Amino acid sequence: MRRILPHPLLAFLLLIAWLLLMESVSPGAVLLGSILALGGSWALASLALPRARLRRLIVLPGLMRDVLVEVVRSNNAVARIILSPKGSSPRRSGFVRIPLDMRDPYGLAALACILTATPGTVWADYEAEESTMLLHVLDLIDEAEWVRIVKEKWEQRLMEIFE
Amino acid sequence: MTQAAELPSWAALAIAVLLLSGAGLALVGAVGLLRLQTFYERVHAPTLGTTLGIGCVLLASMLYFSLVQTRFILHEILIAVLVVITTPVTLMLLTRAALYRDRIEGRGAVPPALRFRRGRGIDNQ
Repeated sequence: MRRILPHPLLAFLLLIAWLLLMESVSPGAVLLGSILALGGSWALASLALPRARLRRLIVLPGLMRDVLVEVVRSNNAVARIILSPKGSSPRRSGFVRIPLDMRDPYGLAALACILTATPGTVWADYEAEESTMLLHVLDLIDEAEWVRIVKEKWEQRLMEIFE
Repeated sequence: MTQAAELPSWAALAIAVLLLSGAGLALVGAVGLLRLQTFYERVHAPTLGTTLGIGCVLLASMLYFSLVQTRFILHEILIAVLVVITTPVTLMLLTRAALYRDRIEGRGAVPPALRFRRGRGIDNQ
């Protein structure tokens, strides 16, 4: 099974993407989509990536909801910062070093995408040896508060999923 | 857009509001590129357009074409997924490239890499 279909979930998602793109579930579309999905999963298998282990997926819906809420909230916050007249309020942007407990590469990638996709924070660097990341924050008020937010809001739940 | 006149007014209103807020967010992001001071601040600005901005426009598109063609149009979800996956990678790449260069050239107030602090030199990466 593994030989024929090395990444079943990826193949399934590729097929769904193809059907969405074609907007049909005709036999022809399904056949072509399946061929593409198989090819895609073989291509990925030949890269020999470490296997991702997903556990406790029950946390995922809550996490997605929080990401959405956070994205809307920080869109509003960053838009206000951009539109506020120059020099109206003292604002400081800067880097925060955040120690991480998570080691799983896929969990770290997910954390990086969540933080960077949220306006106002950009993942800037990661030190594997020390397991710390560098985060750039547009409106930096309290470094310790950011460490707490990243660890409690995102890292904990990503560790439940990926580790 | 000739069918637009046949839309019920609630739908037309919702679509217009979504489209305008999406476009507005993209505009604010572009203004941010001009107004913010440093590179690391400017990198935050385009995320407005690529998150909530694109979300609003895609929702408006889904709503409009679903109502006009009286069936669910869902391939906007694909656009959303692809944008959400690819833009953070681009932004991270830009940020890390800038950080790397600033560290090498010793410019700006960028925090040193831990391995530099321990004095093991640049070649040791």
